[in-house]
Amino acid sequence: MLLSVSDLFKSYRGAEGAIPVINGVSFGVSKAETLALTGESGSGKSTLLHLIGGLDLPDSGVISVDGIDIAQLDDKGRANWRRTVTGVVFQQFNLIPSLDVADNIALQARMAGRQDRDWTAFLSERLGLRDHLRKYPESLSGGQQQRVAIARALAVRPKLVLADEPTGNLDEATADTVMTLMLDLVRETGAALVMVTHSERLAALMERRIHLRAGRLG
Amino acid sequence: MIRAVLGALWSHWRHNRLQLFTLVAGLALATALWSGVQAINSEARSSYAAAARTLGEGQYDQILRADGRPIAVDTYVQLRRAGWKVSPVIDGRVDGIRVIGVEPLTAPRSLGGVELDAFQAVGDSPPIFGQKAALDALGRGGVVRPDLAPDAVVTDISVAADLLAQTDPSRLLVLPDQRADLPEIDSIDNGLTRRVAQSGSDLSRLTDSFHMNLTAFGFLAFAVGLFIVHGAIGLAFEQRRPMVRTLRALGVPLRHLIVLMAAELLLIAVAAGAVGVVLGYFIAASLLPDVAATLRGLYGADVGNSLNLSPVWWVSGMAVSMGGTMVAAAGALWQISRMPLMAAGRRALAVQGRVRRRIEAICALCLLSLAAGLGVWGQGLIAGFGLLAALLIGGALALPPMIDLATKVGQKSAGSALSEWFWADTRQQLPSLSLALMALLLAMAANVGVSTMVSSFRLTFQGFLDQRLAAEGYVYADTEEQAKALQPWLSSRTDAVLPIQKVDIAVRGLPTEVYGPIDHETYRSNWTFLTATPTVWDDLHGGGGVVINEQLSRRSGLALGDVVPVGGRDFVVVGIYGDYGNPIGQAMIDAGDFAVLFPEAVPLRFGIRVADSALPDIFADLQSEFGLPVANMVNQAGIKSFSMGVFDRTFVVTAALNILTLAVAGFAILMSLLTLAGLRVPQLAPVWALGMTRRTLGRLELGRAVLLAVLTALFAVPLGLALAWALLSVVNVEAFGWKLPMFLFPQDYLRLIAQAVIAAMIAAAWPAWKLQRTAPADLLKVFANER
Repeated sequence: MLLSVSDLFKSYRGAEGAIPVINGVSFGVSKAETLALTGESGSGKSTLLHLIGGLDLPDSGVISVDGIDIAQLDDKGRANWRRTVTGVVFQQFNLIPSLDVADNIALQARMAGRQDRDWTAFLSERLGLRDHLRKYPESLSGGQQQRVAIARALAVRPKLVLADEPTGNLDEATADTVMTLMLDLVRETGAALVMVTHSERLAALMERRIHLRAGRLG
Repeated sequence: MIRAVLGALWSHWRHNRLQLFTLVAGLALATALWSGVQAINSEARSSYAAAARTLGEGQYDQILRADGRPIAVDTYVQLRRAGWKVSPVIDGRVDGIRVIGVEPLTAPRSLGGVELDAFQAVGDSPPIFGQKAALDALGRGGVVRPDLAPDAVVTDISVAADLLAQTDPSRLLVLPDQRADLPEIDSIDNGLTRRVAQSGSDLSRLTDSFHMNLTAFGFLAFAVGLFIVHGAIGLAFEQRRPMVRTLRALGVPLRHLIVLMAAELLLIAVAAGAVGVVLGYFIAASLLPDVAATLRGLYGADVGNSLNLSPVWWVSGMAVSMGGTMVAAAGALWQISRMPLMAAGRRALAVQGRVRRRIEAICALCLLSLAAGLGVWGQGLIAGFGLLAALLIGGALALPPMIDLATKVGQKSAGSALSEWFWADTRQQLPSLSLALMALLLAMAANVGVSTMVSSFRLTFQGFLDQRLAAEGYVYADTEEQAKALQPWLSSRTDAVLPIQKVDIAVRGLPTEVYGPIDHETYRSNWTFLTATPTVWDDLHGGGGVVINEQLSRRSGLALGDVVPVGGRDFVVVGIYGDYGNPIGQAMIDAGDFAVLFPEAVPLRFGIRVADSALPDIFADLQSEFGLPVANMVNQAGIKSFSMGVFDRTFVVTAALNILTLAVAGFAILMSLLTLAGLRVPQLAPVWALGMTRRTLGRLELGRAVLLAVLTALFAVPLGLALAWALLSVVNVEAFGWKLPMFLFPQDYLRLIAQAVIAAMIAAAWPAWKLQRTAPADLLKVFANER
C-alpha cells in the first residue's frame, strides 16, 4: 500500500464554533493505482486532498505514505516530502506568471534536485508544449496552462500525483484531452493518482472511486 | 533548491521591471536625501572639529582678558615667572583668513595637526601651514596641510604678529601638567579670566540648531522615500502571494522562503543604496556652498566648500538603505509568514482589509491624542521629539479615514450617476493609493513646517536686527585710548552717541554678558520685550532694575520681579527680551550703575544716531583723522542687508530640500498610479462598456489625482503648522533655551498646494494617457471567458 489514510478528522473554526469537514475517513491507495474522490460541493473532497498532500494538518488520524506518517512531520519535513514525493495539479493551474513555460515545468524538479532534461523534454513533447517553452503563462490558453501544470507535477517523477479538479476550468473537449494525457503519463511513470472531481464522466476513467458525503465515505 | 527558488522569486522583478524600478528609485532617493544631508552635517562638523583643534579649543584651558583685548606681553612674562606653563597665541583675521600664531618652544607638542618640529624645518622664515585655498587667499605661500581648518592658517607667532600688526598675545594656552602651588591668575592681573577646556567646540553648539533642523528634514525626506519603498514592496508581495503559495505547495519550507525573500530585498537594497549614496553626494556637493555660506554668515563658522568622502559615510548610507528596506518590508514579510498555505477567500481578504483600516484609524486617534498630551504636558527634549513623531505618524495614519469621509460626503451629495460612480470609484482606489498619499502628506507637512519655521526665524531675526541695530552707524575702536578720543569727536558730529560697554561675568553661576546702555530714546522706542513692567525703562534707569535675555531667564529660572545679584549688587528683573541664537545669558543695567560696578570697563564700540546721508562723510573723516580701518565702521543698513543675504542663502537650501521632498512624493504617486494602471482595467472596462469614452475615463483619472492631492493638501497644512509649532515652541525651547514666535504665511501655503496639485497632475498624466490609449481589445479581455 502506497497511501494509507485511517480515522482522519478535520474541522475548521467558524463564527458558530468548530465546523467538522472530515469525519473519520479511512482508505488506502496502492502503488500505480488511480483513484477518484467524488462528492458534492462542500463534502470535504478538496480538504481531504490537501491533507493527503501535506498542505494542511488533520486534527487526528494517520496519513501514511510509503510508511511515513506525514502528520508527524514538522513544516520543513512536510515541505521536503511535498517536494520529493508528490506532484500536485491544481484547478487554478498555479503557475508562476513571471517564469516561462520551460522554467515552470522544471521548477519543482530543480528544487528537489532531480532535474532530468530528457524527461522534461519528453513531457513537453507529449503534452504538446514544445512550441510554447519560451512563452509566459499569460499568453497560453487554459488547456495549455493545465498541461504545463501536469508537466511540472510529473517532472519530479513523484510516487503520488494529487489532482484537484484539474479540468474544472476547461471546456469538455479540452478537459478530455488533458485528462487522457495525464492518465497516460501517470501510468507510464508508475505513480499513483488521487483526483478530486465532481464529474462522473471523468471519475469513470479511474480504476477506483470513493464518494464523500458530509465528510464521511458514502 | 535555493537557486531554483531565488530564480523564481527574481523572475517576478524581471517580469515587472517598473515595480523593480520603483523600489530601487524610491530607495535610492530616500538614501540620497538622507545621506546628502548627513554628508553636509558631517562635513560641517568635521570643519568645526578641525577649527577647534587648530585653535586649541576643547583640548586646553585658556587664559584670556575678560574685556576681550590682547594680554600684555608683560603679563605673560609674569605668569611664566610665577611658574604657569602657558603658551602665547596671536589670533586674528587677514583678508578673511584666520591667522593663528603659536610659539613653538612653549606650545603643546601638536596643535591643529601641525607638529612643532615642522616650524623649524624650513629656511630662515618660519613656514605658514594651511589648506591650499587659505594659503592662496593669504598670498604668502606656505606648506599645504589639508587637515587644517578651512580659511585658517597656523604659523609661528612672529609671522602672525607681523601679519596682524599685533605684538601682544590674544590668549594663552594652559598646558595640562601645572604645579599645584601656583598663584591665582587674578593676583597677577585681575583682568584675566580662565576658560576651561570644553568637550565640544563653541561653534558646534552654536550651529546645533541649524544641523538639527537639517537632520530633521533629511529624516522626513527619508521617511517619504520609505513610503515609496513600502508601497512597492507591499504591491510586489501582494502580487507574489500566489507564487509564494505555489512554491510552498511544491515543497519550499516557509522559513527558507522568508529568508530568501529578505535576502533578495537586501541585495536590491545594497544596489539601490549604492546609487543613493552617489546621488546623495551630488545633492550634498550642490547644496554645500549655500550651507557653508549660511553657517559662515550666521555663526562665523568656517566650513569647507568641497566635500570629502569618508568610508563611514558610505557605510552609514548603505546601512540606512538596508535598514529602511527591512523596516518597509517587515510588515509584508510578517504577513507572508502568517499566510495560510491555502488561499483565503475574497470575502476573508476584504474583512481583513476593513479590520486593518479600523486598527489604523484607532492608532491615528491614539497617536494624535498622545501628541496633544505631549504638547500640553510634555517636558524635555525626548518628549519634544516624541511629540514630532506622534504628530507625523498619527497624521499620516489619519489621512485615509479623513479622505474616505470626504469622498463619502461627496458621494452622498453627488447629483448624477457619473459623479456618484466617480466618488465611489475614488473611495475604492483609496486603499491602493493611501501609501502614496501619506508620502505626499508628509512631504507637504514637512514643507509647511520647515518653511514656516525658517520664515518665522527670518521675520523674527529681522525684527531682532531692527531692535539691536537701531542706530544708523556703528564705530569700533581698537584701543581704549582711541575710544576715549573717539567719543567726544563723535558727539560733536552726530545727534547722539550710544556707548556699548560690556563685561563677561557670572550671574547665578551662568556665564553672562552684562551691558550698561545709557538712557536714550533709541532703546525706549525700538527695544521689544517678551515680558516687562509697564515702566521698564524708568525702572532700569532709575529704579535698580535689570533686563535679561530669555536664555538667562529660562536657565536660571528668573522671572519678572525676582531679585538677582549682578556684580555684587542686587537688581530687580523688570524685563525679559528675546535674544535669538545667543548661546549664553545677557543682562542690561543702567549705564551709571555699570560704571560704578565695573569701573575698569571702557566702551570700545559706539552706536551713532545721525542722518543716513551724513554717514559717508563721518566714516571718511574717521579714517583720515583717526586712521580707523574700514572694518571698524559699519553702516547698519549694510549689516542688515548682509544678514538678510545670509538668510536668503539659507532659503536656497531649504527651498531645494522642499522641492526634492515634493518631487519624491510626486514620484510616489506616479509609481502608485502606474502600478495600479494594469489593475484598473477590469474596474474601468464595465464603465466603458456602459457607454463612457476612454478619453472621458482618462480625464476622470486625472481629475481624481487632483482631487486626492487637494484633499491631502488641505490636511497637510494644519499638520505642517502643528509641526512648525512643535519645532519652534517645544523642541527649540528644550534644546536651545529660547522660543521663536510663530508667524503664518498663507501665500506660501497656497503656492505649496498649487505645487502639490501640479506634482499630482504630472504624476497622473502618464497613467491617464495610457488609459486613454488602452485598446478596446484589452478592455474586452475582461469580459472574455477562458473556459
